[in-house]
Amino acid sequence: MYKFILAIRYLVKRRISWLALVAVALCVFIVIVVMTVMTGLVRDFKEKNHEFTGDCVVGTESLTGFPYYEDFSKELGEEDFIEAVSPVIKSYGLVSAAHSQRSIGVEIVGIDPVSFSRATNFAQTLHYRSANAAKAFEPEYDPNLPGCVLGIDLLLNRDARGKYLFEPRPSRTALEVTCFPLTAKGALAKAGTDVVNTKTFYFSDVSQSGLARVDSDVVYLPFEQAQVLCGMAGAVKRDGAIHIKFRPGMNLERGCDKVRTMWQKFVESKAGAESAQLLKQVRVESWKEYRRETIAAMEKEQVIVTFMFALVGLTTVFIVFVVFYMIVSHKSKDIGILKSVGVSSGNVVGLFLYFAFLVGIFGSALGTLSGWVFLKNINGIEAWLYEHFGFQLWDRSIYAIGAIPDQISAKVLAVIIICAIAACLAGAFLPSRRASRMEPVESLQVSQL
Amino acid sequence: MSNNNLILEAEQIYKSYPMGLAKVEVLKGVDLAVRRGEFVAIVGASGSGKSTLLHILGVLDKPDSGVVKFDGQDLSRLGSSQLNKFRNKKVGFVFQFYHLLDELTVLENVFLPVMAGASVIGWLGRSGWAKKRAKELLEQLGLGKRAEHKPYQLSGGERQRAAIARALMNEPELLLADEPTGNLDSVTGNGILEVFERLHRGGQTIVMVTHDERVAKRADRIITLTDGKIA
Repeated sequence: MYKFILAIRYLVKRRISWLALVAVALCVFIVIVVMTVMTGLVRDFKEKNHEFTGDCVVGTESLTGFPYYEDFSKELGEEDFIEAVSPVIKSYGLVSAAHSQRSIGVEIVGIDPVSFSRATNFAQTLHYRSANAAKAFEPEYDPNLPGCVLGIDLLLNRDARGKYLFEPRPSRTALEVTCFPLTAKGALAKAGTDVVNTKTFYFSDVSQSGLARVDSDVVYLPFEQAQVLCGMAGAVKRDGAIHIKFRPGMNLERGCDKVRTMWQKFVESKAGAESAQLLKQVRVESWKEYRRETIAAMEKEQVIVTFMFALVGLTTVFIVFVVFYMIVSHKSKDIGILKSVGVSSGNVVGLFLYFAFLVGIFGSALGTLSGWVFLKNINGIEAWLYEHFGFQLWDRSIYAIGAIPDQISAKVLAVIIICAIAACLAGAFLPSRRASRMEPVESLQVSQL
Repeated sequence: MSNNNLILEAEQIYKSYPMGLAKVEVLKGVDLAVRRGEFVAIVGASGSGKSTLLHILGVLDKPDSGVVKFDGQDLSRLGSSQLNKFRNKKVGFVFQFYHLLDELTVLENVFLPVMAGASVIGWLGRSGWAKKRAKELLEQLGLGKRAEHKPYQLSGGERQRAAIARALMNEPELLLADEPTGNLDSVTGNGILEVFERLHRGGQTIVMVTHDERVAKRADRIITLTDGKIA
């Protein structure tokens, strides 16, 4: 009981204890804010990648694509665990405004907007046709014209607050899309004559996936037309990928394994068929594997930030250690008194660990409360700073970031609080153990007072 | 002197401290015996080793060699938990500089030994009794109205009386006092000695260290320590 009473009194009466408490609170505050923002950004980024990709992709990196995708898509469509399947053409090309000399390199993605919207969140990324993705390639100004959907950053710029200035309706814009058709063996399909396919499409909508590279690179075309442009519409039709969405409740890895098994059997069944060699370069990947190059970079950043804040945590341990060293040194007389009335060395350590625990718990509570209040207002604070001082955490005209993440994860919070308390206990343990080992008479010497 | 009546015995106590590269021998073979109910004063010049001897008798310090017996039991054979229990139950210490905990009230300081010797549940069971006894002791020592004060709000004499109350809290068989009046003026010091005399009349065994011959004369027996030996 005396341990609890003394620990509380040490905390309340000693100003140096407040210093330790404030140090813990500051560290908890900083780590909570940074981890919440960083974790939120990574989570948001992963979600966008997931929504953009679907759950699973059967695809190849080769621009030649692979054949018999229709047969395999049909097989997939008959499976109970699969909700949607969408074949996709993937290639690269050039886009230029009609009659313009200037063209830019883009990624060509040929889709059926209906099936692709079922497998991914494509419909939600559209601005004008989000309610009716089937008409994504029908320009409002003339539905009979061949339409194309542009990654939003190919057409529009954002203002400093990250807002796009949309026109009420898409303006009539003709775009020439040029592709390099390839044979199944990878050679240029029209070598010796006209090596490229060019077709004029009309701007029908924009797609805003929230993924900077996608929104600034991708041009969506109707599946069949993209297939023709890329030279994949021969006797044996080819495509570049099949995007798959699993039914709710289906485990991602298990679903991918099932698709992988199906694909192996499918490849075996097509042995000896025309262009069957292209099937061997096809991989079945979960969305995480498919987008790993993009996600890994972000996760790496998160690891670096976590590492940096682990160093902040170590600094906290050191600060708490120094503070406790000072407190315990000042309290050697108390230790002598306690031992003279029969308190054991273990209980002396226990007293200071109790005290450290209180510093940790109250410091964490203060840091968490401050962090929570700060995060709840972080977007308002940033808006105010931008309005008055032109300061932004991320330039929205450059980064595809909307609001700064402000949702504290209970798991992250629990880890931070446990670490803070553990840091306090670690910081207090050595000095209190050292002090507890002194003979009572050493602590009670006049020179110690 | 009947052995049955001895509460405390010290045989051939040696103690030295390192001082730089040298070694200072403080106690050089001290023999001592105290009867139950006796009031003994140990006197000697500054540095003669009297406080060191008192600390060894109360197991606040360990001798280099020699044996201290309490009720015939060799204290060097006790384990650390038994030593803690011994300090808690059998002896009460009164120090020259009072040694009260600043964070606790006077009342809390007095019942501290009961709290220290009990588990949380044990304390819940005994707290009522402990508070009552602590208040009674403070009343007896004239500090009834100072119970809720902090030690720094008390005069030197009052602090020493609070320290005596704490030492008596667990009704120890032996009271050890190290220069209990050394930090007090003569009038206040005399008041403390009167408390000791009253306790002694009630049967309390007291061993008191002092450098003041006039203070020592209040005891039954005076033991003089010179150059680490009993003269």
